[in-house]
Amino acid sequence: MTGSSAPAEISVRFENISKSFGHVHVLKDVSASVPRGMTTCIIGPSGSGKSTLLRCTNLLERPERGKIFIEGNDITAPGVDIDKLRVRVGMVFQHFHLFSHLSVIENVALALQKVRKLPKDEAEARAAVQIAAIGLKGFEHRRSSDLSGGQQQRVAIARALAMEPHVMLFDEATSALDPELVKGVLAIMRDLAFAGMTMLVVTHEMRFAREVAGQVIFMDHGQIVETGAPAQMFDAPQTPRLKYFLEQVL
Amino acid sequence: MFEGLRRIGETFFDPQIIAGVMPQLLTVGLPNTLLLSVIATIIGIALGLVIATGLLATQRPVRFFCRGYVDLLRGLPHILTVYLIGQGLPLAGLSIFGKSTYAYAAFSIGLIESAYMAEIFRAGFQGVERGQVEAARTLGMTRWQAMLFVILPQGIRRVLPPLTGQFILVIKGTALVFLLGLTASQRDIFSIAQDNSINNANLSSLTAAGLLYLALTVPMTYAVAAWGRRMQRGSQRGKVAA
Repeated sequence: MTGSSAPAEISVRFENISKSFGHVHVLKDVSASVPRGMTTCIIGPSGSGKSTLLRCTNLLERPERGKIFIEGNDITAPGVDIDKLRVRVGMVFQHFHLFSHLSVIENVALALQKVRKLPKDEAEARAAVQIAAIGLKGFEHRRSSDLSGGQQQRVAIARALAMEPHVMLFDEATSALDPELVKGVLAIMRDLAFAGMTMLVVTHEMRFAREVAGQVIFMDHGQIVETGAPAQMFDAPQTPRLKYFLEQVL
Repeated sequence: MFEGLRRIGETFFDPQIIAGVMPQLLTVGLPNTLLLSVIATIIGIALGLVIATGLLATQRPVRFFCRGYVDLLRGLPHILTVYLIGQGLPLAGLSIFGKSTYAYAAFSIGLIESAYMAEIFRAGFQGVERGQVEAARTLGMTRWQAMLFVILPQGIRRVLPPLTGQFILVIKGTALVFLLGLTASQRDIFSIAQDNSINNANLSSLTAAGLLYLALTVPMTYAVAAWGRRMQRGSQRGKVAA
């Protein structure tokens, strides 16, 4: 697509990303790399720009300056087919956003039919496999509103995985859940990470970040303050800001 | 005092005139009124959907054009619009429907309705959560696919009660087609009543027409209100369950 290409082991690369909403600079010259086959957790106080950075990855937000490369291709270049790109990047939202007019299986099968152009029976067969994998066999024909929050979020994960993405984005996927439902969702994310999925995870679950992440990014005020392996980040933070943040949340 | 009452009774409630005009109102006027209402509503829904999509478009010129269309048609007296389109188009040489005044009548009322329905659809679509669209887009759906497979099916449920309410207004609105001059068999409820009242120099046939309109609109009004209440209860139940 473009001449410049990243090394093969880098899945997503942000180059000098800036973004503002009105007068608020949400991202200030942010650069980061997401290695393939590994989980990168973004932590930081609310309003630090971590969700915006995540949403830039599939251009739900368009950065004003800077470039974003996915598997070596500059997705911010003019003329890039954003819809094709998004098939390779799955996303899970804080508030699930299951299609409220569809059943569980229809939620998972819809994009397979309309985007992948699979026939209905094949799309539903694949959807059924995904639904079984997240432990909701037997729930295929329930309305999404009849499920608990945790179950809804698991269906949302199945819906994203059904498209066979190369990268998965999680935007505070457990923040809207009742405490007793968090575990089940985190377990699925952990399994996915250990199966080698490339994941970019915005989260407040520090234990999850410590156990699962290969890389942790700490953001504050629209900038990346510190990046490193979880052991180093949590046990030997280099910057006073990360130290202070960890004191508040741990 | 009694003289006055007697005259009111004679002018508005002459049973012989009411009974005399009723068969024609029921066999010719009623089917025509309903047919015009349905055709105008179909035109209104089809055009209204397109305009509503335009009202929500990202391109500013498209939005501006559609906003202007809605403001114009909602801002003008309906009687003026029916005149301008029903008489004006053929005069201007745009005889798209030949000499069929019936078609011009349905078209002009359909245009008026499209402006109101566009607003109903816009509100319905905007009520669909933004996250629903984002979820669709992140799965690789185009704007158009998200509209078709996610926003539209969810929006339709929200707009059905107000749309039915609008249909009641269309039924009354079709009375304006008398302006365009219809043949005897094309006349709607109001045209028949108006012709009859002129021939008899008595307004009782208009009373008959009024009763017929009320018989159509009042039950529908209550049905829509009950429907709306049920939908609201349904959505609240959904929230509790979530």
